[in-house]
Amino acid sequence: MPDVNWSTASATASATALAALAGPVDAALGGDRRALARLISLVENDPSAAPAVLARIHPLTGRARIIGVTGPPGVGKSTIVDGLTARFRAAGQNVGIVAVDPTSPFTGGALLGDRVRMQRWTTDRGVFIRSLATRGHLGGVSGATGDAIRLLDAVGFQVILVETVGAGQSEVEIMDIAHTVLVVLSPGVGDDVQAQKAGILEIADLLVVNKSDLPDAGRLAVQLETMLDLAPVPPPWRPPVLKVSAIDAETLSELVQACDRHFQWLKGEGRLAARLARRTGHELSTLIGRLASAEVVRAAELSGAWDKALEDVTSRRADFYQVALRLLREAGLGSRE
Amino acid sequence: MMRRIRVLVAKPGLDGHDRGAKVVARAYRDAGMEVIYTGLHQTPEQIVQAAMQEDVDIVALSILSGAHNTLVPKVVRMMHEAGLGDVSVLVGGIIPREDAAALKEAGAAAVFGPGSTLESIVAATRGSVKRALA
Repeated sequence: MPDVNWSTASATASATALAALAGPVDAALGGDRRALARLISLVENDPSAAPAVLARIHPLTGRARIIGVTGPPGVGKSTIVDGLTARFRAAGQNVGIVAVDPTSPFTGGALLGDRVRMQRWTTDRGVFIRSLATRGHLGGVSGATGDAIRLLDAVGFQVILVETVGAGQSEVEIMDIAHTVLVVLSPGVGDDVQAQKAGILEIADLLVVNKSDLPDAGRLAVQLETMLDLAPVPPPWRPPVLKVSAIDAETLSELVQACDRHFQWLKGEGRLAARLARRTGHELSTLIGRLASAEVVRAAELSGAWDKALEDVTSRRADFYQVALRLLREAGLGSRE
Repeated sequence: MMRRIRVLVAKPGLDGHDRGAKVVARAYRDAGMEVIYTGLHQTPEQIVQAAMQEDVDIVALSILSGAHNTLVPKVVRMMHEAGLGDVSVLVGGIIPREDAAALKEAGAAAVFGPGSTLESIVAATRGSVKRALA
């Protein structure tokens, strides 16, 4: 991310930046959806503007319940999000949706197609859907996902559904974002060894066997239960395995009930506080890394040390660690020799 | 830093043929744009709301049904009413040449009938972005 000015002034939300954004932020908080949409773009496109936006909305966040929906491509994540939205709307809750799809590593372009399954909510004032491209961010979500969620939270969406990219085995960042993580699978993908592998299955609070009207759905459910049975130590929360079919409303109701049960469990015995602490720590350390990296690179570019650093590494005069630690020291960070 | 151009590709009205819309959406993606596809059978109100929520620069309408003279002016008018006057509306599909001028008069930034090349569509789309990209 070149040319981002992470000077101390901008990173601490200068008074002028705050004043300039006060209008749009107040408009969004007052229910102006266009202002909300443009603020999401702003924090996505211009990291130097994010501190001023966040400074204003942060006190209003932390109220929404966040549900993550992840799983391999094509298993029906968008359809599950659509079905969950219907249940939460019927219960009178406003729903914000963040749907992430991948950016092409070659062109930087992206085809964001999750709305196709959610069309019926487009004109519902109680629903706001935003598609985000990953823009090179790994982990299953985009770099702006956290800030987009905070904006939706601040303006009063009570439930926020986050749909990740089609996830393989290591896109597990959603566990640090959501209160409840649904891992959606469908029959016909992989054998029972797949079910024993580490990664995405481990982060599930609920395991959803979607398209359960298809043959082999029962077998997949049994494989997943077997995987759970083989855990050496019984986990504090054993993820229920739920067979769901979007064409069977009853199964969607059961899914929402299971989400509610998990949320109730989470609220007990300080678990929610623990999860929040883990999440806050993760986001804070990620943000510090981003800010510090940009600051160190910027300082090195200004002083001319950057070109020398590249030259030192490529010519094998010094290794990556030596050069990185040197640049950190020159920026006033890191330990002395 | 250059921001990405965002395009909503939408199929208004009752025609159910979206091969063309998908081909154009793919061309936009390959040109480095972020494309949001709405799916079929969108009302003008749905298109305006999706354009607003997704904060797009361009709304690209694909119409093969012959209803363009009704749908396009309606979408353009509703976009303005919603405060989205800085979002350009482009139209493609089975649009008779003699209708193109009237559609532009009604506010369409560009009109692409049969035989249009993907290159010309992408170039016109880039040229129709009204808000600053840097």
